[in-house]
Parts: sequence; C-alpha cells; structure tokens
Amino acid sequence: MSVTSTLVRKDILLYLQNRKAIAITLIAPIVMAAFFGYVFNSDNNKKPAKTPIVLVDLDASNVSTAIVAKFSKDETMDVLVANEDEAIKLVRSGKRRAAILLPQNFARDLEASLNVNESTAKPAIRIHYDPSQAFILGLINGVMSQHVVQGIDKSQTGSAASKPPLSSSLPFTATATAVTANTSQKYNSFAHSFAGMSVQFILFMGIEFGIGLLLMRRQDIWKRLRIAPITKIDMIASRVIASTIIGVGFMTAIYIAAIGIFGVRVSGSWLGFGIIILAFALLNASFGLLIAAVGRSPEVARSIAIFATLILVMLGGAWVPSFVFPEWLQRLSQLTPTFWAIEGLSAMTWRGLALDAAVKPVAIMLAFSAAFTAVAMWQFQWDE
Amino acid sequence: MPVTPAITSAALDASSESAVTNAAISSISLAAIGLTKAYGTRQAVADVSLQLKPGEIVGILGPNGAGKSTTISLLAGLITADAGSIMLNGQTVNTETAEYKKHIGLVTQDIALFEELSARTNCEIFASLYGIQAGVQRSSSGKTQQQTIDDVLEQVGLSARANDRVETYSGGMKRRLNIAVALIHNPEIVMLDEPTVGVDPQSRNAIFDHLEKLRAMGKTILYSTHYMEEAERLCDRIVIMDNGRVVANDTLGNLKSMLPASDLVDIEFTGALNERQRAGLSELGKFNVTTAHDAQLTVSLQSIANELPGLLAKIAVTDACITHLSTRRAGLEALFLHLTGRQLRDEDSATENAGGAPAASNRKANRSIV
Repeated sequence: MSVTSTLVRKDILLYLQNRKAIAITLIAPIVMAAFFGYVFNSDNNKKPAKTPIVLVDLDASNVSTAIVAKFSKDETMDVLVANEDEAIKLVRSGKRRAAILLPQNFARDLEASLNVNESTAKPAIRIHYDPSQAFILGLINGVMSQHVVQGIDKSQTGSAASKPPLSSSLPFTATATAVTANTSQKYNSFAHSFAGMSVQFILFMGIEFGIGLLLMRRQDIWKRLRIAPITKIDMIASRVIASTIIGVGFMTAIYIAAIGIFGVRVSGSWLGFGIIILAFALLNASFGLLIAAVGRSPEVARSIAIFATLILVMLGGAWVPSFVFPEWLQRLSQLTPTFWAIEGLSAMTWRGLALDAAVKPVAIMLAFSAAFTAVAMWQFQWDE
Repeated sequence: MPVTPAITSAALDASSESAVTNAAISSISLAAIGLTKAYGTRQAVADVSLQLKPGEIVGILGPNGAGKSTTISLLAGLITADAGSIMLNGQTVNTETAEYKKHIGLVTQDIALFEELSARTNCEIFASLYGIQAGVQRSSSGKTQQQTIDDVLEQVGLSARANDRVETYSGGMKRRLNIAVALIHNPEIVMLDEPTVGVDPQSRNAIFDHLEKLRAMGKTILYSTHYMEEAERLCDRIVIMDNGRVVANDTLGNLKSMLPASDLVDIEFTGALNERQRAGLSELGKFNVTTAHDAQLTVSLQSIANELPGLLAKIAVTDACITHLSTRRAGLEALFLHLTGRQLRDEDSATENAGGAPAASNRKANRSIV
C-alpha cells in the first residue's frame, strides 16, 4: 500500500467513525432540498397560501358590500373587516399584509365614472401595504379589479338595460402606500435582511460556545473547574451570561453597521429593540447549551447544530419571507424562536412599533430559553 | 498466588510510621473507607480504603488501569462513589460541597490551563473561584490576590514569564504552572494524578523539588504514579493498586520486608538449550525462553554474597552458556510482581520511561557483572 493510499485510508476510517455526523451530513441536504422544493413547487394542484388582508368599507353601499363579500369568498385571500385605524395598525404590526379602503361614496362615484356621459373623477381605492412584502400588491390589484367589476355586475343585476359598457380602463383608481414607521420614511429592505442574517450568524456563534463547552470537557481544565468550590448552576449560568454578553455585543456591532452604512433605523422603541436583542442573545446562549447537551461530543454537536440552525433560520424567515410558505408551514414557522426574533427586530426597526410590540416576541424567546436551559441541565453529561 | 492484605481503617491508623516533623504541618487528615466505583460492568475501583495523615506524602502506585485516577477523582469529589465513604478529620463528608473542595488542590495528569491566557490571568481566574478576590486582603494569610499570585508564581519559577500567554511556554513550564494553579488557594491536601507522565527529566526533577518544598510546608500529598522510583523517592507511605483494588498499603520499609528476597539476579543465555538444560534452569528461578537461541533466568536471593556462587555452580552443571549477568535490589516493582504475579509496567510504559530520570536511576542501581 502506498503512502498516499495509506493516508487516504486513514482519513476515511477516521471520518467514518462519527456515525451521527455522517447521518446528519447526509440527511441535512435532503431535508433542505425537500423543503425548498416544496416551498417553490409550481404544482397547480397545490393549494396556495391565503394572503391575509383587511378590508375597510367606508361606503357601506350595496356595491361595496358586494365587493367585500366577493373578497371574503376568495380562496386566495384571508379577509378581515375593520375600521381604518385598526386596519393600518394590523398592517404595521405585520399581522395583515395589506389594508384595502373602499372610500365614502364609492358606489356613487363608481356609477358616475361608469357613465360615459359624465366626466367625473374615478373613485380612489387606497391600499396600505406591508413594504417588506411589496410583491403582493400585484396580486391584490388583480383580485381587487376582478371583485370590483363583479361587484358592479351583482349590484346591477335586474337592470341589465341600464348596464353601462365597460371601458378599456378600470372605473376606479388605486393608490398604494407603504406602511412604515412614519410617512416621511421610506421602507429600507436592509432592515429585514439585517434582522435575518444577524439572527443566523449569532446562532452560529452560540453553536461555537456550546461546542467550546464540550471541548473543555474533554480536557483536564474541566476537572479543574469542577473541583473548584462552584456549583453546576454557577458553571452553566456563567456560560449563559458570557455567551449572552458576547451575543449582545455582536448584535450591537452588526446593527451599528446597519444603521451607519445601510441606513437602517430603529423607528420604534429603542428600549424594545434593546430588550429584543438581549432576549435573543439569551436564547442563543441557551441554544448553545442545548446543543452541547444533546450533541455529547463536539463532532456530533457541530453537525446537529448546523442542521438545527439552518432549519431554524429557514423556518423563521431569515432567508425567504415566511409568507411564501404554504399555510401550514407559516403556522409552523411561528413555533420557531427565530421567527419571533426576526419579527421583534422588524417591529422595532422599520415597522416603528412601540414597546408593547416587543413583549410577545421577548416572552416567546424567554420561554424558549428557559426550555432549552432546562433540557440542557437535564441532559448534560458532567463527567468528562 | 498474589497476596492481598486486608486493609481496614484500623490498619490504616496503625500504618503511619513516617514521622513528618514540621512546625507548619497540615492539621487535615483524609480517609477513604471501602470506596467502590463501577462504569457499567467495569469495576474501576473496589473496596478501596486508604488514609492520608497530616503532612505525609502517600503514593498510589499501580499500572495503567489499576484504578489510581478513579481513586483520586473520588477523593477530589469529581465523581461520586457507588459505595464507601470519605472522611475529613474523622467526619464523613460530602465531597461535592464547596467547603470540602477548599481543602483540596488537584494537579491533573494533563495540562489544565487556559493556554490562550497568561499565567497571571489563569491564576487570577482560579484564585477568584476560590474566593480570593482582587484588591481584598485575605484574613487567613493577610495577602491580597496579587501577592498570592506573585508568591505562587515565584515558587514555581515563573515570575519572569507571568504575563506571557501559556501557549508560548515549554512543556515543563506548563507543568509547573499546572501545579501552581492547583496551589493558588493554599489547600491543605494536594492530589497529584501522575504529574510526570510524558515529562522530560529536567522538568521531572523540578516537579520533585517542588513537591519537596510542599512537604516542607507541611502539605498532605497524595501522589499517583506508575513509576516505582518516584514512589520510593517521594512517599512516606505507598498504596499499591491493581485491578481497582488495594493490594498493599504500608511504608516503603515495611513493603520491602514483604519480599521473599532482597536481591534479584538476571542471567541471560545464548545458544539453543536442550530439554535437560531448560528443565535444570527452570528449577533455579523464573526461566523464560525469549527466542530460539536466547533465554533468561531471574533468581531471587536473600544475599548475593552468600548465594551467588552456589547459583553459578548449579548453572554450570547444566552446561548452559551465560552471556550476561546483572543484579538488582528488589524494590516495589518486584513487590508488585510478587503480590500480583504481573509486571508493574507494561512494555509501552517502560519504553515511555526510557528517557526519564527514574529509569536512568534504575539503570544505575543495576550492577552489571558479565
């Protein structure tokens, strides 16, 4: 056997010793490929996710009521009816992708615009949309045109004689307004991308912290720490605190770059922004501990951690906005802590929401942190 | 058949013949009674009892896998025993408590330092873990953390490199710092788990010198090794372990008195020995045919001066051709062989030790005749 083949054999033998890592290396790309294939599958038989919108009917006429009814029955839309303030609030908070406002005197102005003998202004439908999901405007405009026209038809059923001919242009206008923190501020797409990528790479930092713990356990330094008059809780708590501090430091540095170079703004509550970062850093530290506890060895832990992190950031919407997912996957994504980290950061930056909007993401991240830490404490092997 | 003396706590009390007379002697005694620990089906230690009297150095001697490190881990509180108890000053203690841990300093087999940090920072970290806070004068010693660290680094000769990163140190310097960090909180009991494994002779001697200083300071020391020469040089009392059990526990003098002979003669033969020759030589001692043309005979004698001529006469009767003859004092290695029927060191560890000081001294002790 030549020297090279001996060394090749040695490398392969060593690599094959780590069965779990091999399994994860094999499974991870299959799962990821399946996920993206499913999400972007153009199969016509697949039921598309409904777009959550809110309708505001300021006209309350037969025509507007008919349009609302049409929207409500549309299979592509998940419709909520609300007043104007509430509708815009829902869009700003990210709970609805767009608000469609049918103005007062909509029916009257529509009828006038349909009358070819009158030269009145067309009624203006206002659309307030989530700028992070701007591409749904095309869908909304299309669906809206269909339902308005059908609404006109329905309201005029029985008076076919007076039915005016449809002109080549639509009998209404639509104005779209991005719902950002304030009207003077344009949506900055970097705000979302920085939220996603900072979450992803801080999670990678957390992995290294967890693996560092496992590496330390392999060395006699672990004995030295364990023989010192400190408790297991001291050791775990110190690890969590150190990782949290580093996580906060990195997040702060990343957002300094985002603000200074890319014009991202914390348009909402600065306190809320800080608490979101702190909660995520804590979550990240506990995630590292969890990885160390379930991974048992550095090699296996690294494989599991990378796989878990990719799944978390993928489902959390760090790479692809979660609204492109099928409905069930969108619901699943809300079960991931990363979704709430990104939601929280978006809420405090470009959405410009107040401190109370940070409460739910923070509470969910803290709950995950507590659960991760508890499992880590339960599963961690203290003996080297 | 190996002889396994029954070790009881009463026997432990009676076993300390060493008189360590030092004004600053430690007042702490530690005893293990019937410690047992298994990992799955493997019995790591079984019914191990031993005692550390204040100010004495007790050696745990045994081959790899004898249970030395497990015993030290149990005594240091790193692992808990399946059965048995540990007593500090006559009181059963929970070894996981902070109060107990403050009495113990552990020098690990491998380097247990944060190598990316300086020696001083390492010391600061571990001093703080033992409650020696920066800027606070200790009520016990009257020293600040800074003074404590300066002292301990001075003791191991690392003051000049205190602020250098440990990863830039030589192996010997790391070993010395490894000991220094274990002593940072001034423990009464110091446990050293094979601290000289893989250490060059110079560093080994430096470690021995430091242990002598600790002895002079009155520290109670538990020292595990598989080098009998280290145990003979350093220890007031020696606990011999094999297969997780204590097979002997006494002073060096008393242990040697257990040997059936005080001297050993090793004789090598060459040439193909016939059946008659082999049978004749086998009657004289432990006879081994090493190759087709070589054989070795080891004979235990009470006195070389009185018995060697007779032995040589008996060999002459067989017409076997002697190529080499050497004699050596029967020591712990022979005792281990006597007690267990096995060599203390396997070939690997003997080879590992070939460049070390103890092996060199061993060779010096041999007297080559032919």
